[in-house]
Amino acid sequence: MNLLEIKNLHASIGDTKILHGINLTINRGEVHAIMGPNGSGKSTLSYVLSGRDGYEVTDGEILLDGESVLEMEADERARAGMFLAFQYPVELPGVTGMSFLRAAVNARRREAGQDEVDQLEFVKLVRAAAADLGVDNEMLKRAVNVGFSGGEKKRYEILQMSLLKPSLAVLDETDSGLDVDALKIVSDGVNAQRGGDCGMLVITHYQRLLSHIVPDFVHILAGGRIIKSGDKSLALEVEENGYAGLVDAA
Amino acid sequence: MVATTETIAAVEDATGAYKYGFVTDIETEKAPKGLNEDIIAFISAKKDEPEWMLEWRLKAYRHWLKMASPDWAKLNIPAIDYQDVYYYAAPKSAEGPKSLDEVDPELLATYEKLGIPLNEQKMLAGVAVDAVFDSVSVATTFREELAKSGVIFCPISEAIREYPELIKKYMGSVVPVADNYFSALNAAVFTDGSFVYIPKGVRCPMELSTYFRINEKNTGQFERTLIIAEDNSYVSYLEGCTAPQRDENQLHAAVVELVAMEDAEIKYSTVQNWYPGDETGKGGIYNFVTKRGICRGDRAKISWTQVETGSAITWKYPSCILKGKDSVGEFYSVAVTNGAQQADTGTKMIHLGEGSRSTIISKGISAGKSQNTYRGLVEVHKPAEGARNFTQCDSLLVGDTCGAHTVPYIVSRNPSGKIEHEATTSRISEDQLFYCLQRGMDEEESVSLIVNGFCKEVMKELPMEFAVEAQKLIGISLEGSVG
Ligand SMILES: Nc1ncnc2c1ncn2[C@@H]1O[C@H](COP(=O)(O)OP(=O)(O)OP(=O)(O)O)[C@@H](O)[C@H]1O
Ligand SMILES: [Mg+2]
Repeated sequence: MNLLEIKNLHASIGDTKILHGINLTINRGEVHAIMGPNGSGKSTLSYVLSGRDGYEVTDGEILLDGESVLEMEADERARAGMFLAFQYPVELPGVTGMSFLRAAVNARRREAGQDEVDQLEFVKLVRAAAADLGVDNEMLKRAVNVGFSGGEKKRYEILQMSLLKPSLAVLDETDSGLDVDALKIVSDGVNAQRGGDCGMLVITHYQRLLSHIVPDFVHILAGGRIIKSGDKSLALEVEENGYAGLVDAA
Repeated sequence: MVATTETIAAVEDATGAYKYGFVTDIETEKAPKGLNEDIIAFISAKKDEPEWMLEWRLKAYRHWLKMASPDWAKLNIPAIDYQDVYYYAAPKSAEGPKSLDEVDPELLATYEKLGIPLNEQKMLAGVAVDAVFDSVSVATTFREELAKSGVIFCPISEAIREYPELIKKYMGSVVPVADNYFSALNAAVFTDGSFVYIPKGVRCPMELSTYFRINEKNTGQFERTLIIAEDNSYVSYLEGCTAPQRDENQLHAAVVELVAMEDAEIKYSTVQNWYPGDETGKGGIYNFVTKRGICRGDRAKISWTQVETGSAITWKYPSCILKGKDSVGEFYSVAVTNGAQQADTGTKMIHLGEGSRSTIISKGISAGKSQNTYRGLVEVHKPAEGARNFTQCDSLLVGDTCGAHTVPYIVSRNPSGKIEHEATTSRISEDQLFYCLQRGMDEEESVSLIVNGFCKEVMKELPMEFAVEAQKLIGISLEGSVG
């Protein structure tokens, strides 16, 4: 069974139609990249998939593990295995990283009928995962995303992903704001999750991310539609020629 | 950190209802309904009080008769029929002196159920409890232990008999009898409460706490607490309150007085969870409380921390009179209102002493159709050379049918005083909520997490043993406020 199946997906925000019939299938272990001009609907797709309020599906279907998620709330979808690394991670003043991460992990564990995590074990686990991503202990003590630099916020998203072990990860411009070294570290973190049961949808503007996280498929989203799909060479083509030719041809 | 998991568990467990709403079926002795000099004499006689105490009460009562209920708060207070209230109710079994072994098992069970086991072995280590049930103190734990260091911790009714000199000297010295309508009423009819005396140079070896429970129907609770900290002493005191769920409103008018001498420190924390009434505004406690402390000596410090989640109406302004040179006053408050609750709460910092400093951190959270007002006064008098105040008032709105208001009064009679006031009003943003939901927390847990984050600065002031409970309470009080 496919991990994710998006069929003829139409979606609006209020009265504005943003997505105009998207078809996309992701299997376990695959990495799909989505590229496309600003405002083409990439982030909107990520929100529609994860069930954000205000994003209305007007037609089509989203199946996760063969089951429709359209009637599920955002938190239910998350517990069913969807994870979104935000393009703009949100600040939560006063909420410390450790308590936030634990709440997230425990929410999944409860859903799975497991006991909550052991406090001490969890701290160790988080510290180890954080070290791999160059997130230091001090940052874990601070309030979630408050005062983090752009790059720090992105690392923190990937840290959450590595702890939550989603079956479907959508990364929305995780590369933006990262310096060259951080890009490598974060990509290694993503690649460590790759394969096995996890499928990924990586939204980016830049080929350089895709040279670290090499995609199995590349899709071009423009005007709320996928206008072209191909393999990793499509990303190189875009890098060289821009979207103009592709959009015109579509 | 532990607390968050606990919060989650608590929010999950609770069924959306006030979980302290049960009634204990116990035989009580009540004075007839209504208020007059005979009733006051009856209360005084019940408590075996000396003549001077009765005189004091009667004087207060005669004052009260001439006073009017305050109407300046942003509260809609229905007319209260003071003749339709019982002013004295006591479990029959609580009469006479008692050790813990003699306390009615029904009462012990009640406190167990409330999460306050009175059995010393089962108790939180290092916390002594005075349990007040309706009009009487039913048990005070760890008294002998405390006595070893000279600390007195006993029901105030007992202190009136045993330590009349201290009572005469201090009772009414911080909150004068006729200070306000409710304090005068309290002075006339107060039934029990706690008395704490910390001798010179003693650091109280454990947390002291009083747990107030209203059980009887139509009964008012009028407790009075007096804490005296002599030179160079320290005490941390916590009060908790609950009441059964009833359709009628019930009256609670307490007075708390704190006296801190030179270099003494009193830390007073409250977790107020009286029954708030239902979402239509039916029932609930009217909480009219006068709390005031005086830093009499130089470098004395008084710190109020309150987490107010209950009551239909809250009218409460824990204050500090900063008389000593370099004395310090602090007020940390979280006030959560939901449903039809109304809260008008804040503080008064009266700077008299040179170099006195005060800090006010207030976090108001309003949800449902509730109204939540911060009202605060910072007053710097002539002699308070170089006084400083910092005030921060933050309001958080959950939904769009509630109200948050900030009413700061600032009076400065000494130009060297430095007063800072910061205020913010915000909403739980849809972004924040979605971020939490996307990580798998459900809506209630997400709100609880965000709100507890918002209150963090205040919560960290609570004694550790109670912080967890308070976090849970905040989560529970906001149930049903979203979605
Ligand atoms: N709340 C909203 N109300 C109305 N229109 C919106 C709203 N949010 C986004 N849009 C519009 O939807 C379109 C798609 O936006 P989206 O954020 O999905 O683009 P994107 O492909 O992620 O762009 P970028 O590369 O800049 O991140 C844009 O035209 C945007 O203005
Ligand atoms: Mg985007």
